[in-house]
Amino acid sequence: MNNPMKPSDVPGKAEGTASPAMGRRDFLNEISAAALGITGLGSAVVSVNYISPNVLFEPPARFRVGIPDDYPVNSVSFLREQQIYIVRTAEGFTALSAVCTHLGCITEWRPDDNLIACPCHGSKFNRDGIKVAGPAPRPLPHLSVQLAPDGQLVVDKLNTVPANQVLRV
Amino acid sequence: MATSSAEALLERLRETKVWKSIFRRGPARTNRTRSVAIFHNLFLHFLPVKVREKSLRARATYYLGSLTFFLFLILTVTGILLMFYYHPAVPQAYQDMKDLRFVVSNGLFLRNLHRIGAQAMVLFVFMHMFHVFYRGGYRAPRQFNWVIGVGLLLVTLFLSYTGYLLPWDQLAYWAITVGTNIISFMPWLGRITRFLLLGGRTVGENALLRFYVLHCVVLPLAAIFLVGIHFWRIQKDGGLKLREDDERKDSLHDGD
Repeated sequence: MNNPMKPSDVPGKAEGTASPAMGRRDFLNEISAAALGITGLGSAVVSVNYISPNVLFEPPARFRVGIPDDYPVNSVSFLREQQIYIVRTAEGFTALSAVCTHLGCITEWRPDDNLIACPCHGSKFNRDGIKVAGPAPRPLPHLSVQLAPDGQLVVDKLNTVPANQVLRV
Repeated sequence: MATSSAEALLERLRETKVWKSIFRRGPARTNRTRSVAIFHNLFLHFLPVKVREKSLRARATYYLGSLTFFLFLILTVTGILLMFYYHPAVPQAYQDMKDLRFVVSNGLFLRNLHRIGAQAMVLFVFMHMFHVFYRGGYRAPRQFNWVIGVGLLLVTLFLSYTGYLLPWDQLAYWAITVGTNIISFMPWLGRITRFLLLGGRTVGENALLRFYVLHCVVLPLAAIFLVGIHFWRIQKDGGLKLREDDERKDSLHDGD
Protein backbone atom coordinates (compact mmCIF):
# COMPACT_ATOMS: atom_id res chain seq x y z
CA MET A 1 0.00 0.00 0.00
CA ASN A 2 2.79 2.42 0.82
CA ASN A 3 3.83 4.07 -2.33
CA PRO A 4 7.50 4.81 -1.76
CA MET A 5 7.35 7.87 -4.00
CA LYS A 6 4.05 9.68 -4.02
CA PRO A 7 3.64 12.18 -6.84
CA SER A 8 3.83 15.03 -4.36
CA ASP A 9 7.15 13.84 -2.91
CA VAL A 10 9.25 14.42 -5.94
CA PRO A 11 12.93 14.20 -5.17
CA GLY A 12 14.75 17.40 -4.69
CA LYS A 13 11.73 19.20 -3.31
CA ALA A 14 12.27 20.89 0.01
CA GLU A 15 9.85 19.86 2.74
CA GLY A 16 7.39 22.46 4.00
CA THR A 17 7.78 24.76 1.05
CA ALA A 18 5.09 27.45 1.09
CA SER A 19 3.95 26.73 -2.48
CA PRO A 20 4.86 23.16 -3.31
CA ALA A 21 5.89 22.66 -6.89
CA MET A 22 3.57 20.48 -8.94
CA GLY A 23 4.88 16.98 -9.49
CA ARG A 24 5.72 15.81 -12.97
CA ARG A 25 3.02 13.13 -12.92
CA ASP A 26 0.34 15.57 -11.75
CA PHE A 27 1.42 18.06 -14.36
CA LEU A 28 1.20 15.49 -17.18
CA ASN A 29 -2.14 14.19 -15.88
CA GLU A 30 -3.63 17.66 -15.85
CA ILE A 31 -2.23 18.55 -19.26
CA SER A 32 -3.66 15.28 -20.67
CA ALA A 33 -7.05 15.82 -19.06
CA ALA A 34 -7.19 19.37 -20.42
CA ALA A 35 -6.16 18.18 -23.90
CA LEU A 36 -8.82 15.46 -23.85
CA GLY A 37 -11.43 17.92 -22.62
CA ILE A 38 -10.62 20.44 -25.35
CA THR A 39 -10.65 17.68 -27.97
CA GLY A 40 -14.01 16.39 -26.73
CA LEU A 41 -15.55 19.85 -26.67
CA GLY A 42 -14.16 20.61 -30.13
CA SER A 43 -15.54 17.32 -31.49
CA ALA A 44 -18.96 18.11 -30.05
CA VAL A 45 -19.01 21.60 -31.58
CA VAL A 46 -17.79 20.32 -34.96
CA SER A 47 -20.38 17.50 -34.92
CA VAL A 48 -23.28 19.84 -34.16
CA ASN A 49 -21.98 22.11 -36.94
CA TYR A 50 -21.81 19.13 -39.26
CA ILE A 51 -25.40 18.02 -38.77
CA SER A 52 -26.69 21.56 -39.32
CA PRO A 53 -27.16 21.76 -43.12
CA ASN A 54 -25.83 24.80 -45.01
CA VAL A 55 -27.76 24.24 -48.22
CA LEU A 56 -31.45 23.38 -48.15
CA PHE A 57 -33.18 21.82 -51.12
CA GLU A 58 -36.47 23.37 -50.18
CA PRO A 59 -38.83 25.57 -52.22
CA PRO A 60 -37.42 29.11 -52.39
CA ALA A 61 -38.64 31.45 -49.67
CA ARG A 62 -38.71 34.45 -52.06
CA PHE A 63 -40.72 34.13 -55.25
CA ARG A 64 -42.87 35.94 -57.83
CA VAL A 65 -46.62 35.48 -57.67
CA GLY A 66 -47.80 37.23 -60.86
CA ILE A 67 -48.99 40.74 -61.67
CA PRO A 68 -51.46 42.70 -59.47
CA ASP A 69 -54.25 42.38 -62.06
CA ASP A 70 -54.27 38.58 -61.50
CA TYR A 71 -55.99 39.27 -58.19
CA PRO A 72 -59.44 40.89 -58.12
CA VAL A 73 -60.18 43.54 -55.49
CA ASN A 74 -61.63 42.08 -52.26
CA SER A 75 -60.30 38.58 -52.87
CA VAL A 76 -58.31 35.97 -50.97
CA SER A 77 -56.26 33.66 -53.19
CA PHE A 78 -54.59 30.51 -51.87
CA LEU A 79 -51.32 29.60 -53.59
CA ARG A 80 -50.99 25.88 -52.89
CA GLU A 81 -47.40 25.50 -54.01
CA GLN A 82 -46.06 28.36 -51.91
CA GLN A 83 -48.46 27.85 -48.98
CA ILE A 84 -49.52 31.52 -48.75
CA TYR A 85 -52.60 33.67 -49.25
CA ILE A 86 -52.55 36.80 -51.39
CA VAL A 87 -55.19 39.13 -49.96
CA ARG A 88 -56.29 42.10 -52.04
CA THR A 89 -58.50 44.72 -50.42
CA ALA A 90 -59.55 48.12 -51.73
CA GLU A 91 -56.46 49.44 -49.94
CA GLY A 92 -53.91 47.13 -51.55
CA PHE A 93 -52.08 43.85 -51.13
CA THR A 94 -51.08 41.77 -48.12
CA ALA A 95 -49.64 38.25 -48.04
CA LEU A 96 -50.45 35.77 -45.27
CA SER A 97 -48.70 32.55 -44.38
CA ALA A 98 -51.05 29.57 -44.80
CA VAL A 99 -49.20 27.56 -42.12
CA CYS A 100 -51.32 27.34 -38.97
CA THR A 101 -49.55 28.88 -35.98
CA HIS A 102 -50.78 26.05 -33.76
CA LEU A 103 -48.93 22.98 -35.04
CA GLY A 104 -48.06 23.69 -38.64
CA CYS A 105 -50.94 22.26 -40.68
CA ILE A 106 -51.87 23.99 -43.94
CA THR A 107 -55.04 26.06 -43.59
CA GLU A 108 -57.64 26.60 -46.30
CA TRP A 109 -59.73 29.57 -47.41
CA ARG A 110 -63.48 29.07 -46.98
CA PRO A 111 -65.21 31.79 -49.03
CA ASP A 112 -68.69 30.86 -47.74
CA ASP A 113 -67.69 31.57 -44.13
CA ASN A 114 -65.30 34.38 -45.14
CA LEU A 115 -62.68 32.60 -42.96
CA ILE A 116 -59.35 30.81 -43.13
CA ALA A 117 -59.77 27.43 -41.40
CA CYS A 118 -57.30 24.79 -40.23
CA PRO A 119 -58.37 21.16 -40.81
CA CYS A 120 -56.26 19.70 -37.98
CA HIS A 121 -57.47 21.27 -34.75
CA GLY A 122 -60.17 23.73 -35.86
CA SER A 123 -58.40 27.09 -35.64
CA LYS A 124 -60.09 29.84 -37.66
CA PHE A 125 -58.67 33.17 -38.85
CA ASN A 126 -60.15 36.16 -40.66
CA ARG A 127 -58.57 37.63 -43.77
CA ASP A 128 -56.34 39.88 -41.66
CA GLY A 129 -54.86 36.72 -40.11
CA ILE A 130 -56.52 37.42 -36.72
CA LYS A 131 -57.58 34.27 -34.89
CA VAL A 132 -61.33 34.04 -34.32
CA ALA A 133 -61.56 30.47 -33.01
CA GLY A 134 -59.49 27.45 -31.99
CA PRO A 135 -56.19 26.74 -30.24
CA ALA A 136 -53.78 28.78 -32.42
CA PRO A 137 -51.61 30.92 -30.12
CA ARG A 138 -50.76 33.65 -32.64
CA PRO A 139 -52.32 35.30 -35.70
CA LEU A 140 -51.15 34.17 -39.13
CA PRO A 141 -47.96 36.12 -39.89
CA HIS A 142 -48.03 38.79 -42.58
CA LEU A 143 -45.29 38.32 -45.16
CA SER A 144 -43.42 40.97 -47.08
CA VAL A 145 -44.97 41.61 -50.49
CA GLN A 146 -43.35 44.04 -52.90
CA LEU A 147 -43.59 45.09 -56.52
CA ALA A 148 -40.60 44.11 -58.64
CA PRO A 149 -39.39 46.38 -61.48
CA ASP A 150 -40.91 43.99 -64.01
CA GLY A 151 -44.38 44.64 -62.54
CA GLN A 152 -44.66 41.33 -60.69
CA LEU A 153 -45.49 40.88 -57.03
CA VAL A 154 -42.65 39.35 -54.98
CA VAL A 155 -43.31 37.61 -51.66
CA ASP A 156 -40.56 36.88 -49.12
CA LYS A 157 -41.65 34.20 -46.63
CA LEU A 158 -38.67 34.71 -44.34
CA ASN A 159 -39.52 38.39 -43.94
CA THR A 160 -42.57 38.97 -41.74
CA VAL A 161 -44.04 42.47 -41.58
CA PRO A 162 -46.50 44.28 -39.26
CA ALA A 163 -50.18 43.62 -39.99
CA ASN A 164 -50.84 47.25 -40.94
CA GLN A 165 -48.23 47.23 -43.72
CA VAL A 166 -50.15 47.14 -47.02
CA LEU A 167 -48.71 47.31 -50.53
CA ARG A 168 -50.64 50.00 -52.43
CA VAL A 169 -50.62 49.56 -56.18
CA MET B 1 -31.09 -45.40 -26.18
CA ALA B 2 -31.16 -42.14 -28.07
CA THR B 3 -30.37 -39.92 -25.10
CA SER B 4 -27.41 -41.95 -23.95
CA SER B 5 -25.90 -42.05 -27.43
CA ALA B 6 -26.41 -38.27 -27.71
CA GLU B 7 -24.78 -37.87 -24.32
CA ALA B 8 -21.92 -40.08 -25.40
CA LEU B 9 -21.49 -37.94 -28.51
CA LEU B 10 -21.47 -34.77 -26.37
CA GLU B 11 -18.97 -36.42 -24.05
CA ARG B 12 -16.67 -37.24 -26.98
CA LEU B 13 -17.13 -33.71 -28.33
CA ARG B 14 -16.05 -32.30 -24.96
CA GLU B 15 -12.76 -34.15 -25.27
CA THR B 16 -11.89 -32.51 -28.59
CA LYS B 17 -9.32 -29.73 -28.84
CA VAL B 18 -11.78 -27.36 -30.57
CA TRP B 19 -14.42 -27.69 -27.83
CA LYS B 20 -11.82 -27.20 -25.13
CA SER B 21 -10.50 -24.09 -26.85
CA ILE B 22 -14.01 -22.56 -26.88
CA PHE B 23 -15.28 -23.69 -23.45
CA ARG B 24 -12.35 -23.58 -21.08
CA ARG B 25 -14.11 -25.47 -18.32
CA GLY B 26 -15.55 -28.87 -17.65
CA PRO B 27 -19.24 -29.80 -17.79
CA ALA B 28 -21.51 -27.75 -15.52
CA ARG B 29 -22.28 -30.46 -12.97
CA THR B 30 -21.39 -28.84 -9.66
CA ASN B 31 -22.56 -25.50 -8.25
CA ARG B 32 -19.10 -24.15 -8.83
CA THR B 33 -18.88 -25.17 -12.48
CA ARG B 34 -22.45 -23.98 -13.03
CA SER B 35 -21.45 -20.55 -11.73
CA VAL B 36 -18.31 -20.61 -13.85
CA ALA B 37 -20.46 -21.40 -16.91
CA ILE B 38 -22.30 -18.09 -16.37
CA PHE B 39 -19.25 -16.03 -15.35
CA HIS B 40 -17.18 -17.11 -18.36
CA ASN B 41 -19.81 -16.40 -21.00
CA LEU B 42 -19.88 -12.91 -22.51
CA PHE B 43 -23.62 -13.07 -23.15
CA LEU B 44 -24.54 -14.45 -19.71
CA HIS B 45 -21.98 -12.95 -17.35
CA PHE B 46 -24.18 -10.00 -16.34
CA LEU B 47 -27.01 -12.32 -15.35
CA PRO B 48 -27.24 -13.81 -11.86
CA VAL B 49 -25.71 -17.27 -11.34
CA LYS B 50 -28.47 -18.08 -8.88
CA VAL B 51 -32.08 -16.96 -8.63
CA ARG B 52 -34.75 -17.70 -6.06
CA GLU B 53 -37.43 -20.03 -7.32
CA LYS B 54 -40.07 -17.52 -6.23
CA SER B 55 -38.73 -14.91 -8.62
CA LEU B 56 -39.24 -17.25 -11.57
CA ARG B 57 -42.97 -17.61 -10.87
CA ALA B 58 -45.40 -15.78 -13.15
CA ARG B 59 -46.82 -13.80 -10.23
CA ALA B 60 -43.37 -12.37 -9.47
CA THR B 61 -43.21 -10.30 -12.67
CA TYR B 62 -45.82 -11.64 -15.12
CA TYR B 63 -42.70 -11.72 -17.36
CA LEU B 64 -43.57 -8.20 -18.55
CA GLY B 65 -39.94 -7.07 -18.81
CA SER B 66 -38.90 -10.27 -20.57
CA LEU B 67 -41.81 -9.96 -22.99
CA THR B 68 -40.78 -6.38 -23.76
CA PHE B 69 -37.23 -7.56 -24.46
CA PHE B 70 -38.58 -10.40 -26.62
CA LEU B 71 -40.61 -7.87 -28.65
CA PHE B 72 -37.44 -5.79 -29.04
CA LEU B 73 -35.70 -8.86 -30.50
CA ILE B 74 -38.61 -9.46 -32.92
CA LEU B 75 -38.49 -5.80 -33.96
CA THR B 76 -34.72 -5.98 -34.51
CA VAL B 77 -34.98 -9.05 -36.75
CA THR B 78 -38.01 -7.85 -38.75
CA GLY B 79 -36.52 -4.36 -38.97
CA ILE B 80 -33.29 -5.67 -40.47
CA LEU B 81 -35.33 -7.70 -42.99
CA LEU B 82 -37.41 -4.63 -43.94
CA MET B 83 -34.20 -2.66 -44.52
CA PHE B 84 -33.32 -4.95 -47.43
CA TYR B 85 -36.17 -3.46 -49.48
CA TYR B 86 -36.52 0.08 -48.14
CA HIS B 87 -34.81 3.20 -49.52
CA PRO B 88 -34.97 6.19 -47.15
CA ALA B 89 -35.41 8.65 -50.02
CA VAL B 90 -38.38 10.68 -51.15
CA PRO B 91 -39.40 9.15 -54.45
CA GLN B 92 -38.93 5.54 -53.27
CA ALA B 93 -39.88 5.36 -49.58
CA TYR B 94 -43.65 5.28 -50.07
CA GLN B 95 -43.41 2.93 -53.07
CA ASP B 96 -41.09 0.58 -51.15
CA MET B 97 -43.60 0.45 -48.32
CA LYS B 98 -46.34 -0.38 -50.85
CA ASP B 99 -44.09 -3.01 -52.48
CA LEU B 100 -43.45 -4.58 -49.10
CA ARG B 101 -47.20 -4.91 -48.68
CA PHE B 102 -48.21 -6.09 -52.14
CA VAL B 103 -45.18 -7.37 -54.08
CA VAL B 104 -42.48 -8.78 -51.79
CA SER B 105 -42.95 -12.39 -50.61
CA ASN B 106 -44.06 -12.38 -46.98
CA GLY B 107 -43.49 -8.61 -46.96
CA LEU B 108 -46.97 -7.92 -45.65
CA PHE B 109 -46.41 -10.32 -42.76
CA LEU B 110 -43.00 -8.89 -41.83
CA ARG B 111 -44.13 -5.27 -42.09
CA ASN B 112 -47.21 -5.93 -39.98
CA LEU B 113 -45.15 -7.91 -37.48
CA HIS B 114 -42.83 -4.90 -37.18
CA ARG B 115 -45.67 -2.38 -37.02
CA ILE B 116 -47.91 -4.26 -34.58
CA GLY B 117 -44.91 -5.50 -32.59
CA ALA B 118 -43.84 -1.88 -32.13
CA GLN B 119 -47.26 -0.92 -30.81
CA ALA B 120 -47.23 -3.98 -28.53
CA MET B 121 -43.77 -3.03 -27.24
CA VAL B 122 -44.99 0.43 -26.18
CA LEU B 123 -47.95 -1.26 -24.46
CA PHE B 124 -45.71 -3.77 -22.68
CA VAL B 125 -43.24 -1.09 -21.59
CA PHE B 126 -46.13 0.72 -19.92
CA MET B 127 -47.52 -2.46 -18.34
CA HIS B 128 -44.02 -3.33 -17.06
CA MET B 129 -43.61 0.15 -15.59
CA PHE B 130 -47.04 0.14 -13.96
CA HIS B 131 -46.28 -3.27 -12.46
CA VAL B 132 -42.91 -2.17 -11.11
CA PHE B 133 -44.45 1.03 -9.80
CA TYR B 134 -47.35 -0.59 -7.95
CA ARG B 135 -45.06 -3.26 -6.49
CA GLY B 136 -42.74 -0.54 -5.22
CA GLY B 137 -39.84 -1.75 -7.33
CA TYR B 138 -38.66 1.84 -7.82
CA ARG B 139 -37.76 2.20 -4.11
CA ALA B 140 -34.32 1.76 -2.57
CA PRO B 141 -32.10 0.01 -3.49
CA ARG B 142 -33.51 -0.07 -7.00
CA GLN B 143 -33.89 3.69 -7.67
CA PHE B 144 -31.16 3.84 -10.31
CA ASN B 145 -32.61 0.95 -12.29
CA TRP B 146 -35.94 2.80 -12.33
CA VAL B 147 -34.13 5.80 -13.83
CA ILE B 148 -32.54 3.54 -16.47
CA GLY B 149 -36.05 2.22 -17.12
CA VAL B 150 -37.38 5.74 -17.69
CA GLY B 151 -34.52 6.20 -20.18
CA LEU B 152 -35.63 3.02 -21.92
CA LEU B 153 -39.22 4.31 -22.01
CA LEU B 154 -38.02 7.46 -23.79
CA VAL B 155 -35.88 5.44 -26.22
CA THR B 156 -38.91 3.23 -26.98
CA LEU B 157 -41.12 6.25 -27.63
CA PHE B 158 -38.47 7.90 -29.85
CA LEU B 159 -38.09 4.62 -31.76
CA SER B 160 -41.85 4.59 -32.30
CA TYR B 161 -41.91 8.21 -33.34
CA THR B 162 -38.98 8.00 -35.78
CA GLY B 163 -40.39 4.80 -37.30
CA TYR B 164 -43.71 6.53 -37.84
CA LEU B 165 -42.25 8.80 -40.55
CA LEU B 166 -40.66 6.04 -42.63
CA PRO B 167 -43.78 4.90 -44.62
CA TRP B 168 -43.83 8.50 -45.94
CA ASP B 169 -47.61 8.66 -46.28
CA GLN B 170 -49.94 11.51 -45.33
CA LEU B 171 -50.35 10.24 -41.78
CA ALA B 172 -46.57 10.08 -41.32
CA TYR B 173 -45.93 13.48 -42.87
CA TRP B 174 -48.47 15.36 -40.78
CA ALA B 175 -47.67 13.48 -37.57
CA ILE B 176 -44.03 14.53 -37.87
CA THR B 177 -44.98 18.08 -38.91
CA VAL B 178 -47.20 18.44 -35.85
CA GLY B 179 -44.79 16.61 -33.51
CA THR B 180 -41.72 18.60 -34.47
CA ASN B 181 -43.74 21.81 -34.14
CA ILE B 182 -44.49 20.78 -30.57
CA ILE B 183 -40.71 20.42 -30.08
CA SER B 184 -40.18 23.95 -31.42
CA PHE B 185 -42.28 25.37 -28.56
CA MET B 186 -39.57 24.22 -26.12
CA PRO B 187 -37.98 27.34 -24.58
CA TRP B 188 -34.69 28.57 -26.16
CA LEU B 189 -33.63 25.30 -27.77
CA GLY B 190 -36.94 24.51 -29.51
CA ARG B 191 -36.31 26.00 -32.95
CA ILE B 192 -32.71 24.80 -33.28
CA THR B 193 -33.67 21.30 -32.09
CA ARG B 194 -36.41 21.12 -34.73
CA PHE B 195 -34.05 22.41 -37.41
CA LEU B 196 -31.35 19.86 -36.54
CA LEU B 197 -33.85 17.01 -36.21
CA LEU B 198 -35.44 17.73 -39.60
CA GLY B 199 -32.27 18.92 -41.32
CA GLY B 200 -34.29 21.84 -42.62
CA ARG B 201 -37.36 23.98 -42.05
CA THR B 202 -39.90 21.53 -43.43
CA VAL B 203 -40.40 17.76 -43.28
CA GLY B 204 -38.53 16.70 -46.42
CA GLU B 205 -35.81 14.48 -47.80
CA ASN B 206 -33.32 15.37 -45.05
CA ALA B 207 -35.88 14.66 -42.33
CA LEU B 208 -36.65 11.23 -43.78
CA LEU B 209 -32.95 10.27 -43.90
CA ARG B 210 -32.29 11.60 -40.39
CA PHE B 211 -35.23 9.76 -38.91
CA TYR B 212 -34.11 6.60 -40.71
CA VAL B 213 -30.59 6.80 -39.24
CA LEU B 214 -31.96 7.54 -35.77
CA HIS B 215 -34.47 4.70 -36.08
CA CYS B 216 -32.10 2.05 -37.45
CA VAL B 217 -28.77 2.88 -35.79
CA VAL B 218 -28.65 5.50 -33.05
CA LEU B 219 -31.74 4.59 -31.00
CA PRO B 220 -31.33 0.77 -31.20
CA LEU B 221 -27.70 1.13 -30.01
CA ALA B 222 -28.89 3.34 -27.15
CA ALA B 223 -31.55 0.75 -26.31
CA ILE B 224 -29.05 -2.15 -26.29
CA PHE B 225 -26.67 -0.15 -24.09
CA LEU B 226 -29.42 0.73 -21.58
CA VAL B 227 -30.92 -2.78 -21.63
CA GLY B 228 -27.46 -4.18 -20.74
CA ILE B 229 -27.23 -1.91 -17.69
CA HIS B 230 -30.89 -2.59 -16.82
CA PHE B 231 -30.44 -6.39 -16.70
CA TRP B 232 -27.10 -6.18 -14.91
CA ARG B 233 -28.53 -3.88 -12.23
CA ILE B 234 -31.31 -6.37 -11.38
CA GLN B 235 -28.82 -8.71 -9.71
CA LYS B 236 -26.64 -5.88 -8.39
CA ASP B 237 -29.70 -4.41 -6.62
CA GLY B 238 -30.55 -7.72 -4.96
CA GLY B 239 -32.79 -9.48 -7.46
CA LEU B 240 -36.43 -8.94 -8.30
CA LYS B 241 -38.83 -7.22 -5.97
CA LEU B 242 -41.36 -9.86 -4.92
CA ARG B 243 -44.86 -9.48 -3.54
CA GLU B 244 -44.92 -8.65 0.15
CA ASP B 245 -46.63 -11.92 1.16
CA ASP B 246 -44.18 -14.02 -0.90
CA GLU B 247 -41.30 -12.14 0.68
CA ARG B 248 -42.71 -12.80 4.22
CA LYS B 249 -43.06 -16.52 3.66
CA ASP B 250 -39.49 -16.52 2.46
CA SER B 251 -38.15 -14.82 5.58
CA LEU B 252 -40.19 -17.12 7.85
CA HIS B 253 -38.47 -20.04 6.20
CA ASP B 254 -34.98 -18.61 6.32
CA GLY B 255 -35.46 -17.12 9.80
CA ASP B 256 -33.94 -19.96 11.74
